[in-house]
Amino acid sequence: MRAFAYTRPTSIAEAVALLDRHGPEARLLAGGTDLIIRLRDGSLVPEVVIDLKRIAELQPGIREIDRRLVISATTVMTDIAADPRVAMHFRALAEAAAVVGSVQIRNRATLGGNVCNASPAADTAPALLVHEAIAVTAGPAGSRRIPIDELFVRSGVTTLGRGELVTAIELPIPAGRVGSVHLRRTRRRGHDLASVTLACAIDTAGVTRLAYGSVGPRPVVAVDATGLLADRTATPEAKAELLERMFADASPSPRSMRASPEYRLAMLRVLGLRGLDIAIERLAAAEGGR
Amino acid sequence: MNGMIPIQVIVNGRARTIEVAAHHTLLEVLRDDLQLTGTKECCLVGECGACTVRLDGRIVDSCLVLAVEADGGEVTTVEGLAPDGGLTRLQGSFLDEGGVQCGFCIPGQVMAADDLLRRVPSPSVAEIQDGLAGNLCRCGCYGQITAAVLAAAKADQR
Ligand SMILES: Cc1cc2nc3c(=O)[nH]c(=O)nc-3n(C[C@H](O)[C@H](O)[C@H](O)COP(=O)(O)OP(=O)(O)OC[C@H]3O[C@@H](n4cnc5c(N)ncnc54)[C@H](O)[C@@H]3O)c2cc1C
Repeated sequence: MRAFAYTRPTSIAEAVALLDRHGPEARLLAGGTDLIIRLRDGSLVPEVVIDLKRIAELQPGIREIDRRLVISATTVMTDIAADPRVAMHFRALAEAAAVVGSVQIRNRATLGGNVCNASPAADTAPALLVHEAIAVTAGPAGSRRIPIDELFVRSGVTTLGRGELVTAIELPIPAGRVGSVHLRRTRRRGHDLASVTLACAIDTAGVTRLAYGSVGPRPVVAVDATGLLADRTATPEAKAELLERMFADASPSPRSMRASPEYRLAMLRVLGLRGLDIAIERLAAAEGGR
Repeated sequence: MNGMIPIQVIVNGRARTIEVAAHHTLLEVLRDDLQLTGTKECCLVGECGACTVRLDGRIVDSCLVLAVEADGGEVTTVEGLAPDGGLTRLQGSFLDEGGVQCGFCIPGQVMAADDLLRRVPSPSVAEIQDGLAGNLCRCGCYGQITAAVLAAAKADQR
């Protein structure tokens, strides 16, 4: 690994100042499960590495504030997967966090890192999209609240500006019940990124949110407000036609080593119908349990 | 800023103050500076688990942690599981069940299995597979390793 200067700011302001001063020569370090691999293979050669883990305001944790669940950016997957409030209100996110890598990876991998690395295969991305998450940032011009859908550009690229970092991910706790699920296909559990990811959330008003990843440069969300996808009496054929339109933005790369475009598109359709069934079941169970 | 950085870590119960380069991983420092060569270097991309150690109560791939990140923390390696020269019940089960063939992955497997049994004292086979999913064995001893974890859990229940 090429030598770099290691800095350990103790406040967000200090981290922002460092990041702003060094621009592209600096890299933030959260859990390091993406970054350290790239430092070692030489695809990133920053002069300065800024460790976020000693910042008092950025300590890991999940808090409920005004009907929002606020997950600090440095919170690791292990803790997200185990949190009862996440499981209760945002089950797709709990399931996504639980399947990231292995125990060793989940003990280090942060939510902020997963989001900011902006891999199209990031497991939490579809879940955050269907749960309508907001990325809270800090930067030289102050704080911003970015809807998660407006954060992703393509692998490794986000709409964060120079000197800007994500401090937390906020999830609005829905007023009514929601049934949600995260599904994926992967070659080998514990070691490989997903070949296809999909999250689905259905609310009591019959609105269905579907998000999918690993089938194009960035994860995509699509919404059905007609109620057709949420209708348990509608036939799979009727749903498939609408699903096809919702999957219009899927454009898997033909050069991926993980899976062919044909496989990915076929599995996306399978996961779509499966996700709808599970979300409908879960919504019904939640309503029944009132 | 590019020089050596002093850090304090408790390694296998012993407090140490050492100087590390910022770009050296915990794995490198354990093996090269502290001569704790039980922790193995293998894939260096967090996939094989041979470098698994416990850091502040949680297992991590030490190839993906900078040594400076462990400053102020507590590290346990395979050398620190049992008192000098001894074996834990889990380590004994690995031998009894024939879970060890070439042996290279075993320190990592043992660290992951030890962590699993701390969290889940009586794991199911599925829980063992999940708990050890981050540890590859190229000899293919997964069946025996699973049996070893089950046997150790059973022995602990008695
Ligand atoms: C073996 C292995 C298996 C994996 N399996 C999966 C998987 O199944 N699913 C999955 O989704 N991912 C997987 N990953 C990828 C990785 O673990 C995740 O993306 C993880 O969440 C990254 O978080 P981190 O804290 O380790 O990020 P880091 O490596 O510390 O950072 C990643 C990037 O984000 C930037 N960054 C970090 N935090 C912030 C912040 N708060 N604000 C702005 N920028 C920030 C960093 O500068 C860096 O560019 C795997 C990785 C490995 C090595």
